[in-house]
Amino acid sequence: MYFTSLVFIAFLALTLLLYYLVPAKAQWPLLLVASGVFYAFAGWQGLVYVSVTVVTTYLAGLRLGTLGQTQKDYLKEHKGALDREQRKSYKATMKKKKTFWLALCLVFNFGVLAATKVLSLKAISTAIGGDGFAFLVPLGISFYTFRAMSYVIDLYRGKFPAEKNIGKLALFTAFFPQVIQGPLSRYDTIGQTLFAPHKFDAAVFGRGAQRIVWGFLKKLVVADRLLVLVRTLTAAPESYNGAYAFAAMILYAAALYCDFTGGIDITIGVGEAMGIEMEENFLSPFRSKNIFEYWRRWHITMGTWFKDYIFYPISVSRPMMKLTTAARKKLGDKAGRRVPIYIATLITWFATGIWHGVGWNFVVWGLLNGVIILLSQECMPLYEKFHARFPKLSENRWYDAFQILRTFLLLSLIRSFDIYASVPMTLRQIGSFFTHPQLGAFFHDAGLLLGFIREGDFTYTELDKLGLDKLGLTPLDFGVVAVGLVLLFVVGALRRKGDPREIVRQKLPAWLVTALWFLAVFVVLIFGLYGIGFDAQQFIYNQF
Amino acid sequence: MDELLEILSELHPEIDFSTHTALIDEAVLDSFDIVSTITEINERFDVAIPADKIVPENFNSAAALWALVEELEDE
Repeated sequence: MYFTSLVFIAFLALTLLLYYLVPAKAQWPLLLVASGVFYAFAGWQGLVYVSVTVVTTYLAGLRLGTLGQTQKDYLKEHKGALDREQRKSYKATMKKKKTFWLALCLVFNFGVLAATKVLSLKAISTAIGGDGFAFLVPLGISFYTFRAMSYVIDLYRGKFPAEKNIGKLALFTAFFPQVIQGPLSRYDTIGQTLFAPHKFDAAVFGRGAQRIVWGFLKKLVVADRLLVLVRTLTAAPESYNGAYAFAAMILYAAALYCDFTGGIDITIGVGEAMGIEMEENFLSPFRSKNIFEYWRRWHITMGTWFKDYIFYPISVSRPMMKLTTAARKKLGDKAGRRVPIYIATLITWFATGIWHGVGWNFVVWGLLNGVIILLSQECMPLYEKFHARFPKLSENRWYDAFQILRTFLLLSLIRSFDIYASVPMTLRQIGSFFTHPQLGAFFHDAGLLLGFIREGDFTYTELDKLGLDKLGLTPLDFGVVAVGLVLLFVVGALRRKGDPREIVRQKLPAWLVTALWFLAVFVVLIFGLYGIGFDAQQFIYNQF
Repeated sequence: MDELLEILSELHPEIDFSTHTALIDEAVLDSFDIVSTITEINERFDVAIPADKIVPENFNSAAALWALVEELEDE
């Protein structure tokens, strides 16, 4: 069941209706049932997979919770009787036991995740025997596995007591709006609002509904059109190289942004409509002035997951500290100090790449991010010197714009590994920006297209004369995308001042606000692409 | 405490670490700074700060971080 299907709209409407009709106590159990239904739609196998994760996480969690409590009670009881060494030794014994249960749970669940990802590779599934392995990748497995594992690691770290109610843990793991693309909420942040009773509040509900409509608009009206274009441009890399490949790279940035943030808007909006608060997953990422800032603004919950559970544990682990001490002796303080940061950054970004997909493209994508982050870090003293020499530059708006554009282009370039079939092909396409720029042909096409949009000739008939039909969209589609992107920029600018919905509500009369939202719904219904070509409605992030 | 302030000042000489109380909340320290600080603490005080102690409450101020170092030293 895709977010963009009619079945989902009906399912959501029914769930929301029941959510406010059932007694408060039954609200979260209702969401659990709804999430089960949502999973069942994707096939019963998915339900089995997610149940196995819930049960193993629950059992490991109970064990960890008991061990943690036992340790606390024992130390309290024997406070005066134990000396420092005895206390230390007791803690070490308990830690070993806890580590065993944590490791068991992590190895099993990440093992299942890795196995499904590897077995789903075409080459491997064909080698094993046909396409029958398609079912092996359950809906949103990366997301629910990461959510469940964050729960069990936090429990191991003593952040909160174990959840006794398996239903609540199941809902946290498989809450249906978050299944497809996150956000990767943590148990201690979403738990309270997810299980709490919520009374119907028209204003809160309305805000949620508005965000859902905005999400659909971004996804169905803008992203899906851009994706058709991106797919056309990238499916024939031999013809569409040079400036066309550059355009594909930029269009993909816009498409992915609209697709992913549109999906998150729907997710957060569904939560809002039920009074459930979720953290933001994007904070105007294309406004970032450097790669560090970008990763603090794009897919935030994934970034913090990798930072908290992979980067820090590796970089401050005892073996790493020993290695650092040794490195400082050999290489000197300055270089030695970098050892944990370098190793942990590269491992973290390698893992981030693999999480997005098993393939060299994703490995290169991840490692490139890591390498550029490290290079930027190394260049920091240079930047500081530069800014000390030109102190007024950091307040200059044009310099800000330059930094934003530079970061956008750099990240778009890295993201190219996402859209072409292989690493060599991606490199070839990037190289073609310089070797076969095709500027003449590109600007000829672009000029014709602009002319067509200006003249308002939105018919298909003349398209073949222009050769634009090969791009997979009509001039009308280009016009819709252009208007959509302008709207996105306006909303982005409003966001600097606060919640755009609030600003619109305060500045405009109520009737006009209502009319505008109705208009937005109509725009989605009229201009939303419903399955044009390929599988356009599928969210890009579904595959992860 | 003075030595800890020295470690932090080496990372960001422009910040007055003795008074700042929102080092994480205001993004003064990033993840690389945190790892550098932990590495340095390990080197100078022989105290290992585990990953589960990397939470804003422990890193928002030099005083909080110092309290953590002392607590871990005691263990």
